[in-house]
Amino acid sequence: MIKFEKISKIYGKDLLALDEVSLNVKKGEFVSIVGQSGAGKSTILKLLIAEEKPTEGKVLVAGHDISKLSEEKKYILRRKVGMIFQDFRLLPKKTVYENIAFTLEVSGATDKEIEEDIPQVLHLVGLEHKAGSFPGDLSGGEKQRVAIARALVNRPDILVADEPTGNLDPLNTWDVIRLLLKVNELGATVVLATHNREIVNMLNKRVVSLDKGRIIRDEENGRYIL
Amino acid sequence: MKNILVPLKRVTKTGLNNFWRNGWLSAATVSVLSITLFMILSLIMVSVLTEALVLDIQNRADISVYFKKDIKSADALGLRNDLLALPEVKMATYTSEEDALINFREKYSNNKDVIDALETLDENPLSAIINIKAKDPSQFEKITNFVEGEKYSDIVEKVDYRDNKEIIDKIQLLISSIRKIGFSVSFVLVLVAFLVAFNTIRITIFTMKDQIGIMKLVGASNWFVRGPFIVEGALYGVSSSILTVLLALPILFFSSPYIEGFFLGADLFQYFMDNFLQIWLILLVLGSFVGSLGSVVAMQKYLKV
Repeated sequence: MIKFEKISKIYGKDLLALDEVSLNVKKGEFVSIVGQSGAGKSTILKLLIAEEKPTEGKVLVAGHDISKLSEEKKYILRRKVGMIFQDFRLLPKKTVYENIAFTLEVSGATDKEIEEDIPQVLHLVGLEHKAGSFPGDLSGGEKQRVAIARALVNRPDILVADEPTGNLDPLNTWDVIRLLLKVNELGATVVLATHNREIVNMLNKRVVSLDKGRIIRDEENGRYIL
Repeated sequence: MKNILVPLKRVTKTGLNNFWRNGWLSAATVSVLSITLFMILSLIMVSVLTEALVLDIQNRADISVYFKKDIKSADALGLRNDLLALPEVKMATYTSEEDALINFREKYSNNKDVIDALETLDENPLSAIINIKAKDPSQFEKITNFVEGEKYSDIVEKVDYRDNKEIIDKIQLLISSIRKIGFSVSFVLVLVAFLVAFNTIRITIFTMKDQIGIMKLVGASNWFVRGPFIVEGALYGVSSSILTVLLALPILFFSSPYIEGFFLGADLFQYFMDNFLQIWLILLVLGSFVGSLGSVVAMQKYLKV
């Protein structure tokens, strides 16, 4: 599903973020990418959603080389890859319903499709009763769940999560992680970047460890080892 | 594209929303654009007036043929008929000595000194006149030469037009200068309108930066992001054209009688009403085009999509 072929990313003149990283993620996998701050986790995710271009190497998503994707075509990729972030990135002036509807609107869904899909996805994240609320009225955990709902509504093949629990308390953290697992069970490939040791250890899924831009460990039932 | 209507509707709706949400900014932009369009409208009206003026002058301009005293009216009328036969002559009116005196008395009936002076004279000091209206002032010379010819030298005392020509030339020069100034001013005004729209859209882009970022993240195509701004720009043009027309109506209605008195026969208000649709259409197209253009250029510079 996802392939990084000898990816190097250099920022500016000499900031080496990734150093000849090669990675293979199969369809339906759940992968956690761990490492200290600055190890290169965010860079990998940015390359995955074509927010950055690799200095060397190729990034393949579902067989397509996205490393040379033009600005005009990026939106096609973004509709196939759902994203959630540490800072949620919801539109503050729109309700929960409208935030999710927005995603469908930009991808050209009809009003009818929107009316049908949103209740389903809200049910999945357990927030049907908050459809009319604004992000400002929600707790951190609820906001992230809205973000997940938004990320899922286009039925993406891949879900990318960049430190999704960074701003959440332990209870909400687990809610979000449980949700990610559920999404994975439903068939999406999940790539999670985190430095939360407990989550990683409890998940017992594949762990890719990064240090100074290189993969130092890649284990199927990994644990977070510094 | 499988279905362009739905995205088009959405883009338009978003553009409309942005226009409303900008509140005071939109109001200010529309106001400035309206003033600009109003000035352009005024220039149009000025050109209408000058056209009317030119026409008026051309109508007034005439050649006066003064006959010698005590000529036979048959000879005078003979000249008149010859003149009417000329293709350059539009009209030729004959006023006999007697009629000339009557007209003169009427004209100066309020001026005691003139009437008294007239009484002291034994005979009619005025001669018969033919007033010739040419189809075009440029043909005055030809007509004059005709009248001053051998054939009529017995009966014609004087032919008078040279003064008129000078005035006409001066006025035509003035009019073409006004036209040139009008064009330059219009050009500047359009530039102003463009800059205003440009600036407003720039501000909107900055304000919406976060929203645009998220739009791109969830997979909005470039046109989905750009479209609303173009719509917003066009809306500025449309609203300001409507506002301009609404402003112009009462202003023209009340000022038209005064202007009409000054430039005889030019009823601006009537002209405006008669050509209402065309005038409004010109303003609408101009406004929308400039608004959209300002929007496009602002996006080019500030929207990193």
